[in-house]
Amino acid sequence: MTDDTSRPARPDVLIIGGGWAGSIMAKELTEAGLNVTMLERGHDHSTAVEGTYPASIDELRGVARKRLFQKLSRTSLTIRNRPDQTALPYRQLAAFLPGEGVGGAGLHWSGCHFRATEDDLRLRSVTAERYGENFIPEDMHLQDYGVSYEELEPFFDKAEKVFGTSGEASSVRGQKTGKGNIFAPDRSDHFPLPPMADTFSASVFRAATTDTGYHPFSMPAANASQPYTNPYGCQMGPCNFCGYCSGYACYLYSKASPNVNILPALRRDRRFTLITEAQVLEIMLDDTRKKATGVRYVDLKTRSEKTLEADLVILSAFQLHNVHLMLVSGIGTPYNPVTRTGTIGRNFTYQTITSSRIWLPEDRFTNQFVGAGGAGVAIDDFNQPSFDRGKAGFIGGSPIWVNQSGLKPIAAAQSSGGKEAPRWGSTYKSAMIDQYRHSFAIDAHGSNMAYRDVYLDLDPTWTNAYGQPMLRMTFTWKDNDIRMNQHVVSHIGEIAQAMGATRTSLNSLQPGQSFDSRVYQTTHLNGGVIMGENPKTSALNRYLQSWDVPNLFVIGSSAFPQGMGYNPTGLVAALAYWSAHHIRRTYLRNPGPMVSA
Amino acid sequence: MTPLLSRSTGTKRRPFRRCLMMAGLGLLGLMNASLSARPAQAEEDPLPAGLIEEGHYQAVLGDCAACHTQPGRPAYSGGMPFKLPIGTIYSTNISPDPVHGIGRYSEAEFARAVQLGIRKDGSALYPAMPYPSYARLSKADIHALYVFFQRGVTPQPVDPPANGIIWPLSMRWPLHIWRWLFSPSIQAAQLRTNNQFSDPVLARGAYLVEGPGHCGACHSPRSIALNEKAQTAKDGPLFLSGGGVVEQWVVPSIRQENRTGLGRWSEQDIVAFLRTGRARTGASFGGMTPVIVHSAHAFKDDDLHAIARYLMQLAPARKEKPWVYDPTTTEELRRADVSRPGAQTYIDRCAACHRTDGAGYGTVFPPLAGNPVVMTDDATSLIHIILAGDSTHALRTSASAFTMPSFADTLSDKEIADLVSFIRQSWGNNSKGVKEGAVRRVRQHLPQLETPAQLPKN
Repeated sequence: MTDDTSRPARPDVLIIGGGWAGSIMAKELTEAGLNVTMLERGHDHSTAVEGTYPASIDELRGVARKRLFQKLSRTSLTIRNRPDQTALPYRQLAAFLPGEGVGGAGLHWSGCHFRATEDDLRLRSVTAERYGENFIPEDMHLQDYGVSYEELEPFFDKAEKVFGTSGEASSVRGQKTGKGNIFAPDRSDHFPLPPMADTFSASVFRAATTDTGYHPFSMPAANASQPYTNPYGCQMGPCNFCGYCSGYACYLYSKASPNVNILPALRRDRRFTLITEAQVLEIMLDDTRKKATGVRYVDLKTRSEKTLEADLVILSAFQLHNVHLMLVSGIGTPYNPVTRTGTIGRNFTYQTITSSRIWLPEDRFTNQFVGAGGAGVAIDDFNQPSFDRGKAGFIGGSPIWVNQSGLKPIAAAQSSGGKEAPRWGSTYKSAMIDQYRHSFAIDAHGSNMAYRDVYLDLDPTWTNAYGQPMLRMTFTWKDNDIRMNQHVVSHIGEIAQAMGATRTSLNSLQPGQSFDSRVYQTTHLNGGVIMGENPKTSALNRYLQSWDVPNLFVIGSSAFPQGMGYNPTGLVAALAYWSAHHIRRTYLRNPGPMVSA
Repeated sequence: MTPLLSRSTGTKRRPFRRCLMMAGLGLLGLMNASLSARPAQAEEDPLPAGLIEEGHYQAVLGDCAACHTQPGRPAYSGGMPFKLPIGTIYSTNISPDPVHGIGRYSEAEFARAVQLGIRKDGSALYPAMPYPSYARLSKADIHALYVFFQRGVTPQPVDPPANGIIWPLSMRWPLHIWRWLFSPSIQAAQLRTNNQFSDPVLARGAYLVEGPGHCGACHSPRSIALNEKAQTAKDGPLFLSGGGVVEQWVVPSIRQENRTGLGRWSEQDIVAFLRTGRARTGASFGGMTPVIVHSAHAFKDDDLHAIARYLMQLAPARKEKPWVYDPTTTEELRRADVSRPGAQTYIDRCAACHRTDGAGYGTVFPPLAGNPVVMTDDATSLIHIILAGDSTHALRTSASAFTMPSFADTLSDKEIADLVSFIRQSWGNNSKGVKEGAVRRVRQHLPQLETPAQLPKN
């Protein structure tokens, strides 16, 4: 089980990374009768320790001091905006927050649990069909996933049932419910739990967007609206809107996490072994370079280097680490932005997110301490397939939502007043009080496209604590995504008016604006080891199997060809179940490439 | 099954070895021996199909592992410590090792030990081994149990640690007097239990509860001589009407009292509680948890229902005014009236899971409103769980383990006394409050808290 001594000498499967993707794969492959060893670089995490009440809801220890996030003292990455710049290390977590320890980012996430749309999965095809090939900018690497919504639907459904997701279906087996997101594709079943209640802010947004002719719906939340037992027999408590989701282990066991929803079932399985504090340095290949033989890792408990062998290797670390491990292991061809060849590091994308704020009259209280990470009300009118991008001149889109997730005191004090407001003194204080009591945020949470000169590779200068070159990120905002963001944010003004806002602070990306890694935006990083139909433009086939090393599968948002308007976890989970299903059904019977290159 | 032993070839190693034993609860102390290897032939005797499995199930019903399997030691090799005022003693090895375990017991000797409390050498067992209950075991069940312990358990050639009781307290002959006085003969015990019900389900329930399940060992009051005051339903309303305080947990009644017994629990609640350690009416904690973890969760469905139905026909031992939900506290808390002592602490520390209405959340977080263990006369359990915290356990029948944190470091004796009084006097619970001194006394004897590494992983 959890200690090293009892593990089988040679597992059938090695899983690198103990987050959602790794835990799903471990569950599926132990169910298939295989001995699975999961390696996690961080500590074990549990609700009884990290989520112990009331110590868990400590903002200083939690988000401010980054309790559940990656420790940058050992590994980090370097960042630059353009290829002609020199990248520098990301020394303090800010823009994005990878997790560390069992559960990974799946322990500290918020719980927004979306499916992808039909269009998200074949975005190049639908864009060309609707607007013509010429509509796609020359330097944009717009691609299809190689898998359709219809094929993934059973796995979206399975993930929702495992996660205990709360939401409202719009269309179930062709039957319209009259509720939910009318733009969402048909489903085989309802959400396992009813939607989360609206916060006051969400109810105001729901009423105003209804009045202005939009189509509001309850965001699907992997925060349990009621006590729940999932198909693995794992139980969740009900969310009480305490507001400590993102960055915290949920003390009520009501935010889905690998720790609460999958690992209780896995830990009892003799075929499952978890090795914590195991930093994987390399996926080892045999002489042909076509077969993975195992992994080399540092046992951080003993500070010694070890190897483990297995027949099948699943790489399911955080997106950045998946790309890094592919590069340092020499698997596939690194992407070259000049020749536009190679696949590892290609199509790195992010999320185009900006947060605006409105203030209500002083007799209306927004109670921002209340909240739940995945709950809220959204409109998909600027993200849905039939919204005409032709006139607006961009590819992609953004849902707009009020996702009041609980504003904690330190964050409230830091964020108060807006850009021009004083940062101290009585004006600052009264602005902070006013903002905390009467305002709320409205987000445009948008897609992000892939470009020729936005990519990941190995840094030529900086190394991590293990002497390996660090990953280098070359990323900035591009015109298409800035236009998309500006277009969507421009509609927030009319909604604010309908809500009776006394003041509105709209926030959108500006032309020429560069990505700023010092400011928190979101941890939704995608791509770099993408799936697709062509081994020249993708690292993985449609089953997330490496084109180059067929006994290696790479699971996670690293497989997304571009960033969609929704949060990635729902698609990560569905792709993991999809891949596992085909490993079980096809690969195990006949190991080898499941798609011929 | 005497041939099993009579055919043995003896290789004497030590002329005589006495393993002192006794127990906290349910200790099978057996052993001494002039020794011999296990009979080789016995391994070849064909056994009826399923007999070992049946014997294993009997061991589960009797909860043998609870005392004879110590975490970190081989199964049934004993070694579980029981700290008594007269010294620490350890449960014995009941694996079939001929030297260190019970490998040389004939079936008759085994039955005599289990059912009458007499070891192979003729000396008496400490009555913490619940042989007065086991006396009710049928011959067939004893046979299956014997076969399991001889053939289904791996012999463990290890001794438990030496007991630490010094003479004259270590003398055993007085125990025979206790045995003569308080332990029934097998025939009398079986007659008394077996003839109570014509309904086969209730009859099975009676057999399980009064016999192998030995529920009365904890749940029935004991007299000054430590005998259970009642051993069967026939013996009157003291049976299962609540035991004393064991390791600072109050053992509640499991009869039909409305407030402090199982009067408001359905058959399904009792079944769910025994099978998973949690029901909508309450969750297992304290001394009941090991019973569920070791054995009750693995009882067959029919047996769980039989136990529940049997318990549900045990008339209340005391008349109690029925518990009725009183919304006053809920309304106070919801309008932020925290003027009552303990109310603010309740809001800050407890209400997130147990709610302002005290109703809890299903089988995840147990209710405090109307929960029998909250309303017992003695509030020790409530004080204890607030100080120490506790967890429901991950089981095959219920994967998730939920942890209530310890408040020993964050709340003072006064705060806990106020809080306990608040809980006991809210939502219709109407039980008497407690003083600071009661909390201090429990705190002084608090067992060592679990370390983070020992806590459940989900």
